[in-house]
Amino acid sequence: MEKASKSKLTAAQKTEARWGWAFIAPTMLGLIILNFYPVINTVYQSFCKTGDFGRGNTFVGLANYVQAFAAGETWHSIWNTIKYALIEVPFGVIIALVLAVFLNRKLKGTSAFRTIFFLPMVCAPAAVAMVWKWLYNQQFGLLNNIFHTNVAWISDPKIAWISIGIIGVWSIIGYNMVLFISGLQEIPGDYYEAAAIDGATGIRQFFHITVPLLSPTTFFIVQTRVIGALTIFDLMFMVMDKTNVALQNTQSIVYLFYTYAFTNGDKGYGATLVVILVLFIMLVTFAMQKAEKKFVFYN
Amino acid sequence: MESARKRARINTIIIYVILIIMAFIMLVPFVWMILTAVKTNQEAISVNPFYIFPQAGWHWENFLTVWKSYNFLILYKNTLLMIFFRVVAACLTATMAGYAFGRLNFRGKNFMFSLILIQMMIPSQIFIIPQYLMVSKLGMLNTVAGLVFPGIVTAFGTYLLKTGYQGLPKDLEEAASIDGCNIGQRFLRIMMPLTRSSMVSLGIFTALFAFKDLMWPMIVCTRAETTTLSAGLAKMQGQYGSDYPTMMASAVLAIVPMIVIYVIFQKQFVEGIATSGGKL
Repeated sequence: MEKASKSKLTAAQKTEARWGWAFIAPTMLGLIILNFYPVINTVYQSFCKTGDFGRGNTFVGLANYVQAFAAGETWHSIWNTIKYALIEVPFGVIIALVLAVFLNRKLKGTSAFRTIFFLPMVCAPAAVAMVWKWLYNQQFGLLNNIFHTNVAWISDPKIAWISIGIIGVWSIIGYNMVLFISGLQEIPGDYYEAAAIDGATGIRQFFHITVPLLSPTTFFIVQTRVIGALTIFDLMFMVMDKTNVALQNTQSIVYLFYTYAFTNGDKGYGATLVVILVLFIMLVTFAMQKAEKKFVFYN
Repeated sequence: MESARKRARINTIIIYVILIIMAFIMLVPFVWMILTAVKTNQEAISVNPFYIFPQAGWHWENFLTVWKSYNFLILYKNTLLMIFFRVVAACLTATMAGYAFGRLNFRGKNFMFSLILIQMMIPSQIFIIPQYLMVSKLGMLNTVAGLVFPGIVTAFGTYLLKTGYQGLPKDLEEAASIDGCNIGQRFLRIMMPLTRSSMVSLGIFTALFAFKDLMWPMIVCTRAETTTLSAGLAKMQGQYGSDYPTMMASAVLAIVPMIVIYVIFQKQFVEGIATSGGKL
């Protein structure tokens, strides 16, 4: 009896296991073919020199890496990417947080504002970049004409990176804001009531209740946005022409990767650049995980 | 008390002023896009802030001209097909895997799920070169299949659906299993319909991601008649970058469908992004 029920259980477990494997099979197979094999393949290619027409990969060891680390443009592009992140992440997060706090109040018209702020999120970055490029146009652009200036917004190496950062902030505010609003709604109202009884008003409530209690959300947003900013491509590709004199001072590492791997067809060197990017991002992610323990307040 | 109320009112006014200024900044690019699109090029490049609106008539026919000369119909079709197949494939594979990871027990499950989590941490740029080589070898360059290819499975979606399935009460399934339903029937008839909101989130996320993506369509669909709206815009800018009304009219045509869908399904969009929190 005992034995029979045990083996019956095993039969049920076996069926369950069969269903389980059948259900995960498409996803796992897909991930292995589309993602895990490509990681290994990319790393392998980063040690190869690509022959003409993408053929005749020859193993060259660390030659690509030596070339990449010796090239000024690699370091330049890493620095450009960091500069972009230093604009997009803090400004995108802080402005979004302030807007979220405002829209979380019971005011009239909040849903209309939310719709507007979120609008850039549903637009193709290619289209967004085109209109900003037009706004930034030195001769005919709206900005220079309204402010009566003659700024080369996107071709002056000193300010082009800021101009692109502004587009990035404009594009991402709505997304960050929506995440902040859903984080705010999870903070229990009694905290604010208690604070109000103690006489803490708006700004003090914000710094003593909202900021600490929202820190898990903030950390999540900062982390996703740092990675997003470090892999920026679309905006830069659309705004910065190949002939732009400020290209060297703005192009991101993914832009450089795209140029080598697909415009020049040098897959091996492109693979090297993307491996460097991924190692760099893993380093940053690791550092952020360390910082999380220090700065994030879990209730 | 009176002064407190007064202060509250001043605060409200300040908040509204800030919100309105921000809304204005957010809307300027859109308004300028449309206003430029209906001007003649001559007028567009003689911009004067006092003549923000077209002086030489509103040339709505610019949209028609652009529509015809760049064959927008084909761009729409390609984009729509890519989005459709990616959403269907991603939802299908993710809901099955999500159910297995969230509700079933089997050996090797934890290891397999750790692969899902690892995939989510790897930046997707590292996949692109081999994916391109595969598509190229399979002869799928310049096809919809090539556009869809990297998006047929999704680690992020599996994770999202797994969380959805885990949140469902246990007794539902037990009752069904007593009624003699096998696992497949339980999944199809009882569990899957209950995760509809997670599925909608994943669908919206997948559609938005596919719509916005630029690098992949640029790489695999280099011909104008096979590419998507995003990559099509990049092509047009390369060719006709200084014809500003044409450029702006194309940009408007490329983003209007998604904006209309967003305005109609706003609640689902915002909730979908807020709950999934995916990286776009």
